Amino acid sequence: MFSRVFLQLVATACLFVGVSSSVWAETAINDELLMAKKPAKKLADYGLFLDEAARQPMTRVISYELNNPLFTDYSLKYRFIYIPRNAGGAPYDETDVLAFPVGSVLGKTFAYPNDFRSPDKDIRFIETRLLIHKQSGWKAYPYVWNDAQTEAKLKVAGKRKSIPVIWKDGTQSSIDYAVPNMNQCKGCHVTSNKKLAPIGPKIRNLNRDHSSGDAVFQNQVSYLRDIGFIQGGPKQPSKMPRVPEPLNVESGSLFKRARSYLDGNCAHCHAPGRPADTSGLYLNYEEKREVHWGVNKHPVAAGRGAGGLRVDIKPGQPEKSILFYRMKSTDPGIMMPELGRSTVHLEGVDLIGKFITELK
Amino acid sequence: MRFLAKKLTSICTLYVIIFANLSSAIAGSDYVILPGDDAQEKIQEALILAEPGDQIELGAGVFKLTDGLSLDVDNVTLIGQGMYKTVLSFKGQKSGSEGLLVTSDQVVLKDFAVEDTKGDAVKIKGVDGIAMIRLRAEWTDGPKPTNGAYGLYPVQSKNVYIDGCVAIGASDAGIYVGQSDKIIVRNSRGEYNVAGLEIENSFNADVFDNVLTHNTGGLLVFDLPNLPQQGGHNVRFFRNKSIDNDTPNFAPEGNIVGIVPRGTGMIVMANENVEIFDNEFSGNDTMNIAVASYVDDFDDETYEPTPKKIHIHNNIFGKSGQKPDTGEFGTIVHETVGTPVPDIVWDGVLPLMDYIFFGQADEDKLAIHDNKHLAGVRPFGNANMIMHVIAPIFHKAKFDILPYQKSYPSLPEVEVIIRGRPAAELMN
Repeated sequence: MFSRVFLQLVATACLFVGVSSSVWAETAINDELLMAKKPAKKLADYGLFLDEAARQPMTRVISYELNNPLFTDYSLKYRFIYIPRNAGGAPYDETDVLAFPVGSVLGKTFAYPNDFRSPDKDIRFIETRLLIHKQSGWKAYPYVWNDAQTEAKLKVAGKRKSIPVIWKDGTQSSIDYAVPNMNQCKGCHVTSNKKLAPIGPKIRNLNRDHSSGDAVFQNQVSYLRDIGFIQGGPKQPSKMPRVPEPLNVESGSLFKRARSYLDGNCAHCHAPGRPADTSGLYLNYEEKREVHWGVNKHPVAAGRGAGGLRVDIKPGQPEKSILFYRMKSTDPGIMMPELGRSTVHLEGVDLIGKFITELK
Repeated sequence: MRFLAKKLTSICTLYVIIFANLSSAIAGSDYVILPGDDAQEKIQEALILAEPGDQIELGAGVFKLTDGLSLDVDNVTLIGQGMYKTVLSFKGQKSGSEGLLVTSDQVVLKDFAVEDTKGDAVKIKGVDGIAMIRLRAEWTDGPKPTNGAYGLYPVQSKNVYIDGCVAIGASDAGIYVGQSDKIIVRNSRGEYNVAGLEIENSFNADVFDNVLTHNTGGLLVFDLPNLPQQGGHNVRFFRNKSIDNDTPNFAPEGNIVGIVPRGTGMIVMANENVEIFDNEFSGNDTMNIAVASYVDDFDDETYEPTPKKIHIHNNIFGKSGQKPDTGEFGTIVHETVGTPVPDIVWDGVLPLMDYIFFGQADEDKLAIHDNKHLAGVRPFGNANMIMHVIAPIFHKAKFDILPYQKSYPSLPEVEVIIRGRPAAELMN
């Protein structure tokens, strides 16, 4: 937990510094480069971090977390957001992704500990993905870290990396990690009008405690509002929508947690107007029509992904449900999601298995 | 033998085309990429960095690729040296549910092959203007349920042009156009697929001069429920040859195409305004043409499961329907209309009230005229499947073609415009 705590403290500290008087740190962020037509070759060029290892964020680079994050081969994810001073904030919005202003940067660093039995130690950064809101719209750039952890370089065509890990049970294996290319970023981050856009930062995903280690600061949305990153909306967190944390049993009913999981892991494609709407399977949290979220729905173009099964969700029978079958597979022609996964999310499979078993 | 001879001629023609292209393609390419260890990165980088108007050229040889490729820049041409010379091989594919994905407008793909993808070979999603010219999509181990679903797969697109392509071994459809509008598929060949060529949930398609052979089913035109675009209509099939389709259905279970009986020339399912003329159907073990309603239960009030205004005329029907498939669909066909199976079979399924009292409205009825039935089998059979299911002892098929001897006005020609001109001009 150490690095996280540290990261948070630095972020908070920097914030206070920034808010109070000093502007030394914030001038170091290269807004001009962020807005340039061509992306920087190295992550460090943007000046979003104080140090070359990108452990210490600059002023106004704020870390945040989501209620229902996407599973990516058990990688740790450090999310951060930057909005330049005077750029304004995102207006509060109940349902859609927050509309962060031009100049904003959403970042996510994917990392692995050497050993999952002590997940806070020896953390290796693999890649840092940036979504930058330029004048011409959002752009996505993956930066891949070197083994020495001193430099992250732009890789437009993506990259494969073999990452040795020790799992919680002490077994060792290698993850065949795929850094997405810029088009693959768009494969998920695309709107119905074919524009690139963020997926995660919706109020319902952000509505949680903004915590760090043992210390709970305050509600994350309230915090982002206090610093001007979000504007307007109800003051009380209970008045804002929230999706439960899928794997936290105290967070909501099994049904809601499962729908939250499917929302976080599938709905970036499986929702109306999204890349997989060709299938008619819509797994976004709001979808109310049973057949559209999979109940007794026949596949259209699933190919061998159907696994000999007839419907996406067969109530009471996970083993007869295509959705469950595809979550359990690691074969590229079968598995779902298509990208960002080479291992099975056992806890997710378990959750969805229970959910389908309970359905009537 | 006849078929072999034809295949040889088509290969010879291809080589002529390849040589013609070699000289022209080299000049003016903005990127030229040759096979080699870094081909994956090189091709993908070019596909990302290309500017609208650029041409990316792939050299001759086998490109061994591990991840799906994608193109999202408008107005790019990706061109190889010929469908047997430039091969993108995905035998070692680790990720990506297709070989090549295109999501940008006005793209031209020409003269290369995509082999052995884990999922679909070439998928085009949500674009206006896509030309696929002399492409080959193939699974090289022959028909297997572990092959990818679709060979050439444009979906939710407008102005779709497929010309001179070949698709072999798809575990669903070799060439499949779904939820699209303004479509031409011509001069193409589908072999050893479950479905040779399928138009699904689409509007305004012209499908002509294609050869479908040794598939499970040759030509399919389907409309399915619960999809963003449905109500498939205005589709013309003409001068196609759907012959000797004889491959047992190898679709992975659970897929709608799994219902297609081995040896079906064509299936029309749901849809409105389908005109089928000047085609040749022959050597299809189960039957030449089936006209059917959507067979599964569905939960969709806007969906119309009954085919309407299906117009079948001036086709030539050779010997077929001698050895119907023994699967579910084949069995019910054989049990209702007998063997040899008539050249055109209608399932006779209508909404129940229509079935019992009114019959299908005159302006929607099947229209059949001026076909040549060479094999002496019955030209038409109404399988009357509702009765077969609810009261088999009262079931009788009907073979009288007279009530259907009528005509509809011909459907209009489809125009596909890409880069501001008729798509056929992109052939050279």
